[in-house]
Amino acid sequence: MSTPLLSLERVSKNFGGNRAVSDVTFSLKEGEIVGLIGPNGAGKTTLVNLITGVQRASGGTIRFGGLDVTDQRPFQAARRGLARTFQIVQPFPAMTVLENVAAGALFGGERTSRADATEVARGQLEFVGLAAFADRPASALTLAGRKRLELAKSLAMNPKLLMLDEVNAGLNASEIDGALALIRKVAERGVTILVIEHLMKVVMSLAQRLLVLHHGELIADGVPAEIVDDPRVIEAYLGGKFARRLKEMPQHG
Amino acid sequence: MSPTMRYVIFALWVIALASVPLWAGNYFVRMAILIAMFSGLTMSWNFIGGFTGYPSFATAAFFGLGCYAGALSQKAGVPMVLAWLVATVFVGAFAAALGAIVLRLRGHYFAIGSIALVEVTRLVISSWGSLTGGGDGLNVPLIQGSPTEVAVTFLGVMLAIMVVVFVVTVIVDRNRLGFGLRCIQQNEDAADMVGIDTTRYKVFAFTLSALFCGTIGAAYASWTGYIDPTDSFSILMSIKVPVMCILGGAGTVLGPVVGAATFMILEEVLWANFLDYNRAILGAVTVLLILFLPGGLLRINYRELMARYAARSKRSGAPA
Repeated sequence: MSTPLLSLERVSKNFGGNRAVSDVTFSLKEGEIVGLIGPNGAGKTTLVNLITGVQRASGGTIRFGGLDVTDQRPFQAARRGLARTFQIVQPFPAMTVLENVAAGALFGGERTSRADATEVARGQLEFVGLAAFADRPASALTLAGRKRLELAKSLAMNPKLLMLDEVNAGLNASEIDGALALIRKVAERGVTILVIEHLMKVVMSLAQRLLVLHHGELIADGVPAEIVDDPRVIEAYLGGKFARRLKEMPQHG
Repeated sequence: MSPTMRYVIFALWVIALASVPLWAGNYFVRMAILIAMFSGLTMSWNFIGGFTGYPSFATAAFFGLGCYAGALSQKAGVPMVLAWLVATVFVGAFAAALGAIVLRLRGHYFAIGSIALVEVTRLVISSWGSLTGGGDGLNVPLIQGSPTEVAVTFLGVMLAIMVVVFVVTVIVDRNRLGFGLRCIQQNEDAADMVGIDTTRYKVFAFTLSALFCGTIGAAYASWTGYIDPTDSFSILMSIKVPVMCILGGAGTVLGPVVGAATFMILEEVLWANFLDYNRAILGAVTVLLILFLPGGLLRINYRELMARYAARSKRSGAPA
């Protein structure tokens, strides 16, 4: 088997005495779509912050493409092909939508000129369906639009691994459908995707494999069909009492 | 405004300043020198305060160190122009070395840190009496010639520096450096995430903001012939320069030049007409401008303003 694209080995993060991520070990193969789920406060975003160098791990090793990247800085992660979108969108508000995406192409991708970066940016805006807004300031977009902008900016960086942190949070049902269709289109390009969600429903249809995080610990790693029947996952999501009651019921599911 | 238009306006302004000795006396030549000097300082500040969005009050530290580096080099026998270059390199290296430390601070904290930089450099210079003459100040070898000749020479020098800083501003503005600095100004975390080495870019901007302050300080020392710590490291300069830049339009190419000229002329008019209250009026004008014109004079949409004015005068002209 080939080496995994991303692998975490006993990665931990402490904030004072609080263990936000605890001994997490998993790996992602190239071309996979994996969902990372867990209740609020499980440590999902912290984990992504560790992978992208926003925060430094207290222990463990993170490898990307065989390279030890545990101590990398965010800009290095970006240049190595680790792109992410933020749960709370992070545009350059006064710049145009096109300039926002061009920034990704200019600094995150291969070294190009500003003209080439703008060309790449136009292509990505077309892809996410924002071409009509290219010359508007980023602050003029709706939330759904800004999430698409985040995606276009990340794609312009030509990533090997794309981490989508709650891309669907705050979107309505039809906007979620649009976003999911878009993620599938990105996956068809061969980009490995890690989808971070707290809504199980959203990832079920998308991911080939699910990782479940609870209180900073990885409690399950498997195909979606198995994960939903895992008692520990049910307990994490619904609480112990409800999980026991569910078990006592003669037939469920 | 199109880039060509910007360059034409700048060129005309430089020519206008250069022509002052032909039609006015030494009072106005001195004024022109000071406008050119503050234009250079304000464009320098624009790199860190405008493009990058870091509110620096370190201008006086760079200017003062430039004064002393130039003056001490000249006293040691270095030819004048070479002494200015020494001051430029010294101040640039100083900013590069310190930038990596002070640029870890953000927002208000950075502002306070940069003020401390002015105070610390001033105290070191005034306490190091054996080298700098301390509070007694330092005499700088004067250049030969009549007062008019000297004034014309230094007008040329300050204008030359102003043109160089403008050219560097244009290059940075069009380059990936300028684009990256703007990203940092907009959202530093996001800039980091798209692959901008923010620390390196910020240190670069800080160094650029210091470099020409060093040249200008050294040239100023040669011009006046005498420097002392209070005059060279004046906190008032550190405040005036950002105000000028914001007044014209921080982060724009022409804004610092417009702001410096407007401010200097305003200051001079107020000084001449309201000797007692000029500082108070200047302060009030500054506060009002920043409150109601945060984008600066260049960000006003003059066309829209004219249209609105035209519409209003038409309405009032119509029968009620």
